[in-house]
Amino acid sequence: MLGQNQDSQSEDVWEELKDRARSLIDKLEQGDLQGASSAIEALNEARDRNLFQEVGKLTRGLHDAIINFDIEIMRQGEDGAESRMANAQERLDYVIKLTQNSADKTMDMVEEGIPVAADIGQKAKTLREDWVRLKRREMNPDEFRGLYQGIDDYLVSASDSADLLSEKLNTILLAQDFQDLTGQVIQKVMTLVKDVEVRLVDLMRVAGQVEELTGIVLSAEAAQAGKTEEGLDSAAEGPQVNADTRDDVVSGQDDVDDLLSSLGF
Amino acid sequence: MKILIVDDFSTMRRIIKNLLRDLGFTNTSEADDGLTALPMLQNGNFDFLVTDWNMPGMTGIDLLKAVRADERLKDMPILMVTAEAKRDQIVEAAQAGVNGYVVKPFTAAVLKEKIEKIFERVDG
Repeated sequence: MLGQNQDSQSEDVWEELKDRARSLIDKLEQGDLQGASSAIEALNEARDRNLFQEVGKLTRGLHDAIINFDIEIMRQGEDGAESRMANAQERLDYVIKLTQNSADKTMDMVEEGIPVAADIGQKAKTLREDWVRLKRREMNPDEFRGLYQGIDDYLVSASDSADLLSEKLNTILLAQDFQDLTGQVIQKVMTLVKDVEVRLVDLMRVAGQVEELTGIVLSAEAAQAGKTEEGLDSAAEGPQVNADTRDDVVSGQDDVDDLLSSLGF
Repeated sequence: MKILIVDDFSTMRRIIKNLLRDLGFTNTSEADDGLTALPMLQNGNFDFLVTDWNMPGMTGIDLLKAVRADERLKDMPILMVTAEAKRDQIVEAAQAGVNGYVVKPFTAAVLKEKIEKIFERVDG
């Protein structure tokens, strides 16, 4: 809108300048020095006026670009919603938290699992040594009774340990769910970064026109970019990074179950 | 029991697949969005669908609606396992005919409970 307006204005200015130049040449050819002198003044005046207008438009364009950037990206919304930049920071904090939790949980399970596995191996090794001695008939009856009890104990503990290890492996498996959740969050932040880039490019272009003094063209596409962000309520939002502070969002499976049972589930 | 797992993140598909195996369901297949899932469901004699919501191509809610609108598939039990946690969304899924709704991140126990509940109801 600004662009079209500015184009037609700029054409008017060109026409005016051309008219005045022509009248200057006419006056010069007619030998009308006084007339030529006032034509030069008129030409000068038209150019200056145009210059002021262009500087004004440029300043306004720059101002708009900065305001848009500020409002769209950095500032809180009118409804109190946080800025997209603050939201992105929160989202990235959430990514750190999730990856941290997952790494901690995985390492806890590994650290707890290693001694269990080592214990199974160690007990089997001791049993095997006794077993070899039994096969060579090097064992006295007392030692044999010990081995007999040892095998019994081992079978119980091996079975318990296997259960324990499989439980830990399952926990490790589940701890990998961060990849899906953080992936969704990072995709959102990437969209924001792209938007910021578009706006920065606009800002740069406007600033770049200072030298040329040709005015400002804010691409309609970029001006629209921020407005399509909020869709329908049911549009996918990805993981809620601050579910505790929002009323329209459930804060966990218990909330989901309550809501569903209120719907007759 | 043949189960289709639909999620765009392969990690999540593997997690669900392993949890299901732990629960005794070994016959599972995977799809990465609704567009791939729907023809599989139409041709594959699946008994149960586990789907994410937020996916490129066709979302889980659209898949849910498509399944309910398909004469041969409309009675298939569907469990939604998703990070989408807005009340409006859960209500929408319920209205579209979902059988269970699990929000991520979830635990193995929750998944087990919801699946068992769905089958109790389907069998009973």
